[in-house]
Amino acid sequence: MSGRTLYDKLWDAHLVRDSGDGSALIYIDRHLLHEVTSPQAFEGLRLAERKPWRLDANLAVADHNVPTTHRSDGISDPVSRVQIEALESNCDQSGITLFRMNDLRQGIVHVIGPEQGATLPGMTVVCGDSHTSTHGAFGALAFGIGTSEVEHVLATQCLVQKKSKNMRVTVRGHVGPGVTAKDIVLAIIGRIGTAGGTGYALEFAGEAIRALSMEGRMTICNMAIEGGARAGLIAVDDTTIAYVGNRPFSPLGKHWDQAVDWWKTLHSDPDAAFDHEIVIEAAGIEPQVTWGTSPEMVVPVGGCVPDPAAVSDPVRRSGMEKALAYMGLSANMPIREIRVDKVFIGSCTNSRIEDLRAAAAVVKGRRKADSVMLAMVVPGSGLVKAQAESEGLDRVFLDAGFEWREPGCSMCLAMNADRLEPGERCASTSNRNFVGRQGQGGRTHLVSPAMDAAAGVLGHFADVRDL
Amino acid sequence: MHIFCSPNEALPEFTDMRAFTQVTATAAPLDRPNVDTDAIIPKQYLKSIKRTGFGPFAFDDWRYLDPGDLDVDPASRRPNPEFVLNQPRYSGAGILLARENFGCGSSREHAVWALDQAGFRAVIAPSYADIFFNNSFKSGFLPVVLPAATVDRLFDDCLATPGYALTIDLPAQTVRTPDGATFAFEVDAFRKHCLVEGLDDIALTLKQADAIRDYELRRRQEAPWLF
Repeated sequence: MSGRTLYDKLWDAHLVRDSGDGSALIYIDRHLLHEVTSPQAFEGLRLAERKPWRLDANLAVADHNVPTTHRSDGISDPVSRVQIEALESNCDQSGITLFRMNDLRQGIVHVIGPEQGATLPGMTVVCGDSHTSTHGAFGALAFGIGTSEVEHVLATQCLVQKKSKNMRVTVRGHVGPGVTAKDIVLAIIGRIGTAGGTGYALEFAGEAIRALSMEGRMTICNMAIEGGARAGLIAVDDTTIAYVGNRPFSPLGKHWDQAVDWWKTLHSDPDAAFDHEIVIEAAGIEPQVTWGTSPEMVVPVGGCVPDPAAVSDPVRRSGMEKALAYMGLSANMPIREIRVDKVFIGSCTNSRIEDLRAAAAVVKGRRKADSVMLAMVVPGSGLVKAQAESEGLDRVFLDAGFEWREPGCSMCLAMNADRLEPGERCASTSNRNFVGRQGQGGRTHLVSPAMDAAAGVLGHFADVRDL
Repeated sequence: MHIFCSPNEALPEFTDMRAFTQVTATAAPLDRPNVDTDAIIPKQYLKSIKRTGFGPFAFDDWRYLDPGDLDVDPASRRPNPEFVLNQPRYSGAGILLARENFGCGSSREHAVWALDQAGFRAVIAPSYADIFFNNSFKSGFLPVVLPAATVDRLFDDCLATPGYALTIDLPAQTVRTPDGATFAFEVDAFRKHCLVEGLDDIALTLKQADAIRDYELRRRQEAPWLF
């Protein structure tokens, strides 16, 4: 019998029943909730007169809709306010733990789970949000679900799932200086395409992945979904275990030792078989910038906007032409000549302390370019914000003319007041450059925090390694 | 036979989802790959705490010339005459023809609700993003997978034939064209069963409550830190 992949091990450990017809009932250890995808699920429970199966497996926080300014006055947008009040009343009525908007622990759901130790290796973690793949960085099986499945997990603590296939991307060797986790994952998506991981659980492996901090690994797994994979995974190692220790929800004493013994087995066996394998050389990865309206539309910063005329497939060519028209770019234009109007540093991809440190290191001693209308930094949680302030990072940003905001999803998806106006161009550390994602008519370029900071101080894209 | 239920267990208390058996409807061609859920239903509508009312906002940015929001009456907005679904020949369409990787992006089930409430009962495409695909079945909405070459043909015929209607027969797992050609499609047995019978899958899972409790008991021994 050949060995098992990490995904196989996690699947087997959570199998309640295998139906034998391709679907199975799997147990969910951690359910994270936020205000946007949960109200209809709670309503469904009420209508069917059902109660949550297991309260302590749930943790809720409002993040998508919260304002990043003037929080003490509450929420001025009445529609957003109703949605956040609905989450509060649903959690209060059912007894689910909720971090309220003015709680220091409030933040983006995919930042606070790991920060609190609510995400642990070996768990199944779900949330009504596609970027739940983030938590796979801990060797957890984590994936996004829709509202009906949110209701299903609340009611049964289980999901009916079909097992995915196994895919592994190995990033061999080491990246050069100035090349970050964000660049690695954008390069991977550029290679496999936005649907390359569809139907797979996608494990990231190799020296370049092993060398990353947990923050970097979360950035990688966060964007597994942008490569089509519902779940991203990285094996547990000493870096994982060191991060997890001494967090509010982490195990203690005998349970900790017992947990660590199991966590150390959470890696793919050497003889495990994958359905699909890709190997990428880390040394070839340069800082990345997206040029189009899908994360797969990405090139190295030293490159040019690609030319649709050079593409023979008519569907792909037409997609590129539409993207260029929307983005207001012309073929063969050097990426470094693209000027930006706004800069957004934040989101569940890149709002953790390491991201803010990387951006601050570039900003320090410089000023926001006059041509940049707004450069905003939105920490991933109240605790990240406090940590950054204790390190003086807020001063670095404020002194440079950047704005320092309260935590939330903010301009990654522009559900709150933070958004692009039509035609505005933004350098963003977020995860999606879809049409209208950051505001109707807005143009998004995805980059790493350091690259984003460089665009903010220069007013156009630049190779952060040249600064 | 599926262990969670058998067809004769389709008792009334388990049937609360709208069933899908056979649908004949006008097809509308949406000729773009990678249609993401932000395009299907933009974020401003996700502030609604209801499960209904999304139909007028399906493909909102493409469908209207001026911006919209929850508090803007869609009837007051100017439809974009260039957008294919606004063409009179596709009014009342109930089957959407789409390209690969349909529904990529966020997990918002609002995308399925919007399509459903805009009058679509099914979509036919060569491939889907996983979360959208999974969400579809929960609302009695069927995502049919057909080979890219077949979808090409359906696109061509649809564009060439005013009033082009397709019949999707879920029990038989076929798509039938007006000229009588029939294309078979695959669908997961459990999902098909739930959709054909209109079953509430939470009720079905709760029938396994003992198995869930047994699992929890065993897991509590193996991994007490999880409880």
